[in-house]
Amino acid sequence: MKKVFSSADEALNGVLKDGITIAAGGFGLCGIPENLIAAIKNSGVKELTIASNNAGVDDFGLGLLLQDRQVKKMISSYVGENDLFMQQYLAGELEIEFNPQGTLAERLRAGGAGIPGFYTATGVGTKIAEGKEIKEFDGKTYVLERGLRADLAIVKAWKGDAQGNLTYRKTAMNFNPECATAGKITIAEVEEIVPVGSIDKMQIHTPGVYVQRIFAASHEKRIEQRTTRAA
Amino acid sequence: MPWDRNDMAARAAQELEDGFYVNLGIGIPTLVSNYVPEDYDITLQSENGMLGMGPFPTEEEIDADLINAGKQTVTELDRTSYFSSSQSFAMIRGGHINLSILGAMEVSETGDLANWMIPGRLVKGMGGAMDLVAGVQRIVIIMDHANKAGESKLLKKCSLPLTGQGVVDRIITNLGVFDVVEDGLKVIELAPEVTMEEVRNKTEATIVGS
Repeated sequence: MKKVFSSADEALNGVLKDGITIAAGGFGLCGIPENLIAAIKNSGVKELTIASNNAGVDDFGLGLLLQDRQVKKMISSYVGENDLFMQQYLAGELEIEFNPQGTLAERLRAGGAGIPGFYTATGVGTKIAEGKEIKEFDGKTYVLERGLRADLAIVKAWKGDAQGNLTYRKTAMNFNPECATAGKITIAEVEEIVPVGSIDKMQIHTPGVYVQRIFAASHEKRIEQRTTRAA
Repeated sequence: MPWDRNDMAARAAQELEDGFYVNLGIGIPTLVSNYVPEDYDITLQSENGMLGMGPFPTEEEIDADLINAGKQTVTELDRTSYFSSSQSFAMIRGGHINLSILGAMEVSETGDLANWMIPGRLVKGMGGAMDLVAGVQRIVIIMDHANKAGESKLLKKCSLPLTGQGVVDRIITNLGVFDVVEDGLKVIELAPEVTMEEVRNKTEATIVGS
């Protein structure tokens, strides 16, 4: 089955519907599937639920989907860099389900691994645990968190091949491997599609079984906090 | 004279032990890395997926794929490893990180921590803070003793939504160092020229001992 597509638009063909849940890789603006996000904006699809650690900034990343109010709900750990997000949230136009960062990562990992729930000490005694099952193990208290699956996962990798094998670069890996496993359909955008067999088989981070569609594109890779030291 | 930001960071660096794996929060905690004793082997973890975080890059070294948890550009070291978010939080939640130094809005005398939201006003999110305080072996807080209105940030009970319950081990403020003990906060050290009387006057939380 052919996995390689020519563009974000082509790769998204037939996949987008109003009201679906999308898991999106990236941390801040690092390692985000920026071409897929732009294509989703242009598609006009709406009422989306998006699981992503952050919501981008006002004019880049997932922030683009807020401009035309395409997002109904975000499942995120931190949205502090996005003023538009804050405005829409405080005005009651956008729902947010805050998940601790590690809980969000593990929910996606568990979901993709067929695990419906797991117990964690994270969030015990806080708002996050309200309404959830609490259980003691060996004298310590834990809260039950659910595995998370998405109708669609959009991820960004460094290199990929026609089998869908992916390898990530440095901290641009972040949530991408977890999102890739959690999607019923996973689309990967990569900087380069390389011949099958050319990625060191011991360095494949996401095996191709998790990836249904893949395409190569250029990436702006915008930097949020450009911090330097003197040479 | 009370401590300034750099004094507090320098004092916090005394919490480090040789060989520690450490996660530093955003803000004053980041400054702690400037005061790591030279003969100590310390590995900094950045929860976005990196162990062995190096200094900020030179202009030529900037790499958009290499940032820390504060979204700042950083560099790698020989020892560096990269990993995914679930792996990153496995080492945090699993108790493999020795120490985390974090900022706070409020801390209670029972070690409750609030540092992620002000209802109706400031909604940023907790990021990795809830996982860090639940999983890391020892939690040290650096913060100003009072807020901008001059009110104590060391409270009997936090007024803001909690990040964690009973999770704080030690608090370093501009006035001194405090440990969370059975009946309240115990003064471990005072900043130069700061008196116990001043601490008692400026602290809502119960101060135990003399």
